[in-house]
Amino acid sequence: MIEIRIHGRGGQGNVVAAYLLAMAAFEENRYGQAFPNFGAERRGAPVMAFVRIADSPIQRRNQVRHPAFLIIQDQALLQVPGVTDGLLPGGKILVNSRQSSAELSEQLGKEAVALQATALAKKILGRPVPNTALLAAFFTLTNMLSQDSLALVLNKRFKGEVLEKNLQLIQQAAGLVPAGLWKEA
Amino acid sequence: MLQALEGSQAIAQAVALCRPQVIAAYPITPQTHIVENISKLVADGKLQCEFISVESEFSAASVVLGAALAGSRTYTATASQGILLMAEVLFNIAGMRVPIVMTCANRAVSSPLSIWNDQQDSMAVRDAGWIQLYCADNQEAVDTTIQAYRIAERTELPVMVCMDGFTLTHTLEGIDIPTQKQADTFLPPYEFSRTLNPRDPLSLGTLVTPDYYTEARHSHHQALLNAQAEIVSADQDWFAISGRKCGGLLSVEGPEQAKTAILTIGSVLGTLREALEEFPPGQPVKLIKLRSFRPFPAETLKAACKELDDVIVLERALSPGSGGIIGLEVLAALSELPKPPRVHNFAAGLGGRDIPLEILPTLLSTLNEPSDKRFKIIDVELEKLPEEDR
Amino acid sequence: MTTETAIPISKLRKKQPRFRGLESGHRACLGCGEALAARLVTESAGPDVMVANATGCLEIFTTPWPESAWRIPWVHSLFENAGAVAAGMEAALKAQGKSTKVLAFGGDGGTFDIGFQALSGMLERGHNVLYVCFDNEAYMNTGIQRSSSTPHAAMTTTSPPGKERMGKRHLKKDIVSIVAAHHIPYAATASIAYPSDIRKKVRRAMAIEGPTFLQIHCPCPLGWGHEGDHSITVARLAVQTGLYPIIELERGGLANVMPLRNIRPMTEYLKMQQRFRHLFTDDLRAKEELEHLQAIADHNIEIYGLRSDGGKDAFDSEGMDTVRRGGMRWA
Repeated sequence: MIEIRIHGRGGQGNVVAAYLLAMAAFEENRYGQAFPNFGAERRGAPVMAFVRIADSPIQRRNQVRHPAFLIIQDQALLQVPGVTDGLLPGGKILVNSRQSSAELSEQLGKEAVALQATALAKKILGRPVPNTALLAAFFTLTNMLSQDSLALVLNKRFKGEVLEKNLQLIQQAAGLVPAGLWKEA
Repeated sequence: MLQALEGSQAIAQAVALCRPQVIAAYPITPQTHIVENISKLVADGKLQCEFISVESEFSAASVVLGAALAGSRTYTATASQGILLMAEVLFNIAGMRVPIVMTCANRAVSSPLSIWNDQQDSMAVRDAGWIQLYCADNQEAVDTTIQAYRIAERTELPVMVCMDGFTLTHTLEGIDIPTQKQADTFLPPYEFSRTLNPRDPLSLGTLVTPDYYTEARHSHHQALLNAQAEIVSADQDWFAISGRKCGGLLSVEGPEQAKTAILTIGSVLGTLREALEEFPPGQPVKLIKLRSFRPFPAETLKAACKELDDVIVLERALSPGSGGIIGLEVLAALSELPKPPRVHNFAAGLGGRDIPLEILPTLLSTLNEPSDKRFKIIDVELEKLPEEDR
Repeated sequence: MTTETAIPISKLRKKQPRFRGLESGHRACLGCGEALAARLVTESAGPDVMVANATGCLEIFTTPWPESAWRIPWVHSLFENAGAVAAGMEAALKAQGKSTKVLAFGGDGGTFDIGFQALSGMLERGHNVLYVCFDNEAYMNTGIQRSSSTPHAAMTTTSPPGKERMGKRHLKKDIVSIVAAHHIPYAATASIAYPSDIRKKVRRAMAIEGPTFLQIHCPCPLGWGHEGDHSITVARLAVQTGLYPIIELERGGLANVMPLRNIRPMTEYLKMQQRFRHLFTDDLRAKEELEHLQAIADHNIEIYGLRSDGGKDAFDSEGMDTVRRGGMRWA
């Protein structure tokens, strides 16, 4: 079972990202579980969501304390105490950041990959919502689930122009990170 | 077919399968996603019904009461403060023996204000005279919702389907939504013996003097006890149609020879199942899932526990000044056994506190401790409290 | 040969021309205004109705189990939810494609006070319900406690006069205006002193698709402290003094009023009732309160334009009909 924790801010599509990730697992006949850890549901407030992916039904319902992967939707959250807590040894961090991956890894003392997801989202969607770009990058990095599955679940969640633009966005984002870099994790 | 759905979304679809004609609800976290999803089904024309956005939970319960009496299948949902605001109507619905189905998205009760999960809300109205069924996962919540309508309409008792707020309502997982045909095969159209009809007028909800009140209460109590058979048969019949069962009144799993059991209610069951794999205990341990808290299945519980030495009751609510709620009832029921097991009673996960897998070894470590105290909140962090409150 | 009549009583009863929704034999007090009002309302509404009744005298005296005086489908749930229960009944009937009209009955406590929110919700959502408030101006069922409908200066068991008080300190809530402010098609006041007016208003409300409201002034001999055979007289004086204006409001605006040809001094009304007896003492404060009450009556007469024009209008016949008046109500 792979456990993932997503950190973001209210309004960044944190829960949607977690749901899409788990939904994509089902597209590939695996099992997924995703749930938010709501604080006060204000825009901009730090929020967390949890995802589990496994080959058998997932029964535990406790929060993810020792994730193999962290997805950070806002780099500033790295300054918030506790955000990287519990990351498994060898765990990886995907960050929405303008810094380079090397800089981030050095700062965090952990293996990190940076993606300028907000800028990309602004360019393609016209809105600073980084979640789908980060998911596309995550899928490329881990090879855990395919880009096709991501496209399929986006189709279930969105429609019209929003869908078209998101499909464009994930295609571009997927190409910006090294494929299979985190495959063994 | 397994679909990836948020619990609330699945419940909305399950409710729609039951073809309710009148739905009334007032928004409260964490019930909101259920009624939002139902509103969307109505707006999209996928569910034909009168959806009434009322001005309070009190009116939500009152509207479905009126509608059920006037001959329509109904639905409402609430949580926490909403349950308490409804409390008076809940007793009234039950006393009038009206078949209403309501989801309780279990949440802690203020004060202090908490929007997160525990089961204090439904426990607070355990004596309202409703059937209360607790769900261990979202699949059970879907199947129980459909079963609830048949149970309610056959017994003329209201049914509260309790599912942990956030932990289930906001969790996306694999859920099999039954087909309309399956639901229709299981659930006949709504019928109520005392439907209001101008051609055959009835007076309902009248005053009774001490000459009759006792008899009304007795008959209500008996009806709840008798409902046990209906809860079991609904689960069996639904199994025949869907291939899934929810565990009737209660279900037991684990090694036959186990002398220790952990009794739980609600969604913590899955966590304990995986904890048993992750932290294999020194002795075999059974898990007992209590699904029906009202009626309380004392006889079934006694049969399940008669060979046990220890029963650990883990619950997500308490009665301040007394202790555990379920624990006390389990203790009372098992005391009738020739060789009653020891009952250890703990609360955990209050107001949304996460229950980790590590709770299992903690629970089992209490077996050898002297049981000088009947009840403990097992995950309390005493160092956060001033000395005098510890 | 038998001396009995050839037609059994039961058949005779069937020959009665008038439909009775509330049968005789209930247990209301002598001279109960509410019982009379409820009978008039249900007679006029006809048999194709169902009723949601709030807790109160009306519920208690009509249905001591296993007896019931109702001949229409009737349900009592709670004190404060008649509006919501009626809304649910209406929604169910709508879903089933039935045209049966839903009535909601409440006293002033269940309407002005504890059931106010459920009433407001029902009106705002536009349910096709006629809500009838039987206004006897206090909690009579529990033994005469003040409600927000109790008139200023009236004595109740929780607004007793004494060294520091002259009865109720506050004004009677203007419920019909609050109800009308929900932009409902029709809201009106009535009094048991004018039965034909009640019938006409019920029939009018029944014909309207949407929420309607009727507030009926119902003297309570026990609570107001007058003889049971004076109920009608007392009720009529409340109207004739201007203290209880009979009005109709359409979509929030004043439409019609019952004009007063012969405005009576307010003290005639007060003197008949024990609940105002402390106002007829040498106490200076009593004089003040009487002036206060006269001011309320004068204000009503003014803003609703209650004063008759002396018979120039053929329909300006007190008690027989209402006349169209603009009035200065919102001024």
